[in-house]
Amino acid sequence: MAVGFLAVPLVGLLGRTPWGSIGTELTSPPVLEALRLSLVCSVGAVAVSVGLGVPLAFLLARVDFPGRNLVRALTTLPMVLPPVVGGVALLLAFGRRGLVGQWLDRAFGIALPFTTAGAILAEAFVAMPFLVVTVEAGLRAMDRRFEDAAATLGAGRWTTLRRVTLPLIAPSLGAGMALCWARALGEFGATITFAGNLPGVTQTMPLAVYLALETDLEAAIALSLILLAISLAVLIALRGRWFPSA
Amino acid sequence: MPGSRIRLLAVLAATALVLAGCGDDEPSGGSSAPSGELTVFAAASLTAAFTELGERYTAANGGARVTFNFAGSQALATQVRQAAPADVFASADTANMDKVRDLVGTPRSFASNRLQIVVERGNPTDIKGLEDLADADLKVVLAGPDVPAGRYAAEALAKAGVTVEPVSQEDNVKAVVTKVSLGEADAGIVYATDVTAGGDEVQGIDIPEELNVLATYPIATVNQSRHPSEAKAFMDMVLSAEGQRVLETHGFLPPPTT
Repeated sequence: MAVGFLAVPLVGLLGRTPWGSIGTELTSPPVLEALRLSLVCSVGAVAVSVGLGVPLAFLLARVDFPGRNLVRALTTLPMVLPPVVGGVALLLAFGRRGLVGQWLDRAFGIALPFTTAGAILAEAFVAMPFLVVTVEAGLRAMDRRFEDAAATLGAGRWTTLRRVTLPLIAPSLGAGMALCWARALGEFGATITFAGNLPGVTQTMPLAVYLALETDLEAAIALSLILLAISLAVLIALRGRWFPSA
Repeated sequence: MPGSRIRLLAVLAATALVLAGCGDDEPSGGSSAPSGELTVFAAASLTAAFTELGERYTAANGGARVTFNFAGSQALATQVRQAAPADVFASADTANMDKVRDLVGTPRSFASNRLQIVVERGNPTDIKGLEDLADADLKVVLAGPDVPAGRYAAEALAKAGVTVEPVSQEDNVKAVVTKVSLGEADAGIVYATDVTAGGDEVQGIDIPEELNVLATYPIATVNQSRHPSEAKAFMDMVLSAEGQRVLETHGFLPPPTT
């Protein structure tokens, strides 16, 4: 029954796909626009997540500081927070009248809502926890004696990091990035609430699907199919990690 | 045996699901008099007015509950077409009612509305008319091109010969008001009724009559409704003198007389 519950919606999607016209649908300008924007934003979100998340993962894995548990809870909060709530929170923080946003607006004239950067921020907010959690787990599982061995052989901290640690956690980092990317790609609630909806600027694929459902079902199905294919690709690529054989 | 126990649990779970789905809240008074629940799909701009009408309906019909689904009319039309359990459908334009014409009874126009420019209280960006919205430094938010309010806005802008690049296309007209009242957007084009409903945070800038658009709101009962008498009763109430008065207090204009 559980398998049916999970499989029937997918079968329904594939069953209703207009296979005849799918080629035209997939190459129509609005669809391509949404696809391009989604790729730009999701990759941007991964970049932000790696830049902020990897150091955070190191901090959580290696340094025992007061409040570490609180920080870890905070890091995982976006994973359980309903995305639209995340969007509201982002508005109140980074919106034009927001806590940080009003300073950004006054001092630098930077406004994040309604921009692609805002969409990247929204996606990074919800997706970064996936990266941090996976990388932290990888760091904890890693055998630190390799780092010690490198140190005894005269390698500096940066060299050790570059040539020993990072290669060793590369599988976790890769998996974390893939999960982060998939989550960012599918993000809807925070994006539409915080970044808004404008084709070519903030209308990522999930938003395009939602709006297309109201008027052009075929386009909605075509976009849904792309997202489904990407999700499947990520799952297949990560199958070793999801279901470890050991 | 564990196998049969699992089977028993599965049957119980399935039964529970089926019962929950079939749950009918109709009180024992039968379904001939308006006593059952009612589900009304109404355009977002009707939120305040219809909520009040719903309360009056409940009071007049012995506590019969009315559930509202307020959204962009285009979204509602799609849901009705997908056989959503609506009993009544009230749209902000005739185009969306026409989309489901084969699924509803004869539509009747029950109200009209006009557009206004919505800005923050105090009008900080000093907007005087539609021409001002063309300013590239201004953040203007409009309802999407498929939303009735968005289409009407495009009509008005075309009449004024003004080109506006919105920073966002919202899914319903209330979202436009929200963005302006939050201070995220400088201006938007919404219905006059939305400005009234938006409270103290926002104010409206009038659009001259010759540029403005008259929005016509049709209402109809849904053919597949499970509460046809309730649906008719609600629709009749909307069209009655009492209903028209309520709509007027919320800023709606009477329906076109043709």
